[in-house]
Amino acid sequence: MELTNGATKAGDWRNYERVLLPPIRNLHKLEVYENEANGYNRLRDVLENDDWTPESVTNEVKASNLRGRGGAGFPTGLKWSFMPDPDDRPRYLACNADESEPGTFKDRQIMEYNPHLMFEGILIAGYAMQLDACYVYIRGEYADWIRHMEAQLQKAYDKGYVGDNIMGTDFSMDIVLHKGAGAYICGEETSLMESLEGKRGYPRYKPPFPAQKGLWASPTTINNVETLAHAPLIIENGGEWFANTGAEAHPGPILYGISGHVNRPGVYEYPTGMLITDLIDEVAQGVIDDKGIKAVVPGGCSVPPLRGDGIDGVTMDSESLQEAGSMLGTGGMLILDEDTDMVSYLRRVTHFYQHESCGQCTPCREGTGWLERIVTRIDEGEGNMRDLDLLLDLCDQMEGRTICAFADAAAWPVRNTVKRFREDFEAKCKPSVHPTGADLSAAGATAA
Amino acid sequence: IPDEELVWTDEEQERIEERKAKYPDPKSAIMDLLWMAQEKYDYLPPEAIRLCADTLDMDYARAYGVATFYTQYYKEEKGKFVLDVCTCFSCQMMGGYDILHYLEEKLGIHKGETTDDGLFTVEEVECLGCCGSAPMMQVTNGPYVHNLTKDKVDALLDDL
Ligand SMILES: NC(=O)C1=CN([C@@H]2O[C@H](COP(=O)(O)OP(=O)(O)OC[C@H]3O[C@@H](n4cnc5c(N)ncnc54)[C@H](O)[C@@H]3O)[C@@H](O)[C@H]2O)C=CC1
Ligand SMILES: Cc1cc2nc3c(=O)[nH]c(=O)nc-3n(C[C@H](O)[C@H](O)[C@H](O)COP(=O)(O)O)c2cc1C
Ligand code: SF4
Ligand code: FES
Repeated sequence: MELTNGATKAGDWRNYERVLLPPIRNLHKLEVYENEANGYNRLRDVLENDDWTPESVTNEVKASNLRGRGGAGFPTGLKWSFMPDPDDRPRYLACNADESEPGTFKDRQIMEYNPHLMFEGILIAGYAMQLDACYVYIRGEYADWIRHMEAQLQKAYDKGYVGDNIMGTDFSMDIVLHKGAGAYICGEETSLMESLEGKRGYPRYKPPFPAQKGLWASPTTINNVETLAHAPLIIENGGEWFANTGAEAHPGPILYGISGHVNRPGVYEYPTGMLITDLIDEVAQGVIDDKGIKAVVPGGCSVPPLRGDGIDGVTMDSESLQEAGSMLGTGGMLILDEDTDMVSYLRRVTHFYQHESCGQCTPCREGTGWLERIVTRIDEGEGNMRDLDLLLDLCDQMEGRTICAFADAAAWPVRNTVKRFREDFEAKCKPSVHPTGADLSAAGATAA
Repeated sequence: IPDEELVWTDEEQERIEERKAKYPDPKSAIMDLLWMAQEKYDYLPPEAIRLCADTLDMDYARAYGVATFYTQYYKEEKGKFVLDVCTCFSCQMMGGYDILHYLEEKLGIHKGETTDDGLFTVEEVECLGCCGSAPMMQVTNGPYVHNLTKDKVDALLDDL
């Protein structure tokens, strides 16, 4: 096996053995999960072994340095420790299965192939934070998978793994599957809580953070599906194992979703810190028709696209991607070949944000509309050079001025696509009315 | 919808009670109820939304607000099969618009419209979380159809 010296942080990834999505037939079935994947034994260990207290479970997760897989990369153990001491209020977990970020399709793989790992992770988190119930918020489009999980959840209830006095202990916790109905914004954690409470999905101001005042005004933690699915593995193999897998600052196994112009798109489990080029050339078996790469969007549609000529040596972890000018986001990677027109790419992206803005904040509601209109104008050959500056200006007016991060997520791709692929935009704009070097006084004279 | 049809069956009532019990505030079951009403009446006219609101002792305005916030709730009648073609991000790159335009041409309608025989509605939707098998679509809030080609679209329409 050959590795470019020092260039990858993913270690011996070719011999990596999958743990989130292990190659076991019918793993979604409870019996198979129990018999062949050590299923629910991690939970049993946590509940029955006196060495495991709620604090020590949280500390193990802290030691693992697991960072949220929903896109923001917040340290999970730290988040769990934000929960206040139990009082007379109920305590909740919301499992974020809304997965609507364009280019992201990994959580569904867990729900389809290994749903009990998610349930077991939820219960372990529940023990660590001493929770009463978990609401799994699943996007409504995943109707088929919701039915599939309902059946499996019922089996887990029947076996005494979920519900009252789990495995005969005094720990009780319910899991409820909640079906969304089509709204990207409901993946934002505070919008998700509003939606769960049966309202329009309008994000709330933070602070108060959910741990202080979350679902039905009770202490709540929100975690992504994949984040929670890691918990049983951390209990089984130890935080140190996790911390030593992949990139140091953002460790662990991770699900990469690869889509776009590659020969073998799909979801792949590897350690973090993979070279982008390895993922494209080897894992996804190269670009279709061996074309060159124009751009790579490494973590879902809200992260800045990288230029194809700037991906050498860049690895899939927060540090390396930040250095390269992007973010890990959801790890949903889109590859665009050399023939891609970045203006039409951006046009569709701005349409998405315009369509999905919840409309509460003026900079976001109006801003997303303007972004779409201006990019559309450019795409249709009606734009001017100064529209490019107008776009950047609009981004300035949106970023950091709204209730939730949606407006930032809408502005980032615009700012960076315009900056990094300016030639595509200029080629579509009408020539400037003030070409450099022209006799401006003469032009002025005619205008007057 | 005639008044006599604006009631829940015993079976539905049972399911409603079950769902209400899952939340500390029964009003949180509104999304479930709207889903049930949509399954029952095929779409959500005001009287169906009112039925859901009344069942939960909720203001009509709030229930209406919820119904209109989410795109999967149908506020008007649609065709028997709703073809939700994804043209977002990855699907755009893999030919989602070719599929959308092919369907529009083949069925003689624009996106957002329904064929005269009431069989098909075509819509353009945002990412469906299945970008690895782009371009793709969802049929009437149900099954996903992957890796679409024109042949596959022809076969699908024949099947339905
Ligand atoms: N998976 C998907 O489909 C999507 C993912 N995203 C990702 O979501 C990200 C933005 O998410 P946000 O939740 O707005 O990010 P955020 O940085 O505000 O929060 C991240 C998490 O840390 C917690 N947190 C942060 N600071 C805290 C503090 N001081 N005290 C207590 N808790 C604290 C938050 O409650 C939250 O759970 C984007 O970077 C994007 O990549 C965006 C769209 C869709
Ligand atoms: C507009 C928007 C949409 C989001 N959608 C999702 C989503 O679909 N799934 C998800 O897990 N996180 C999503 N997030 C991030 C969540 O707000 C939150 O950070 C995450 O669920 C926390 O889980 P984690 O710490 O386990 O990653 C979204 C954030 C924003 C701003
Ligand atoms: S930033 Fe946009 S999506 Fe977020 S609350 Fe404001 S208007 Fe809604
Ligand atoms: S972009 Fe079409 S399914 Fe994600």
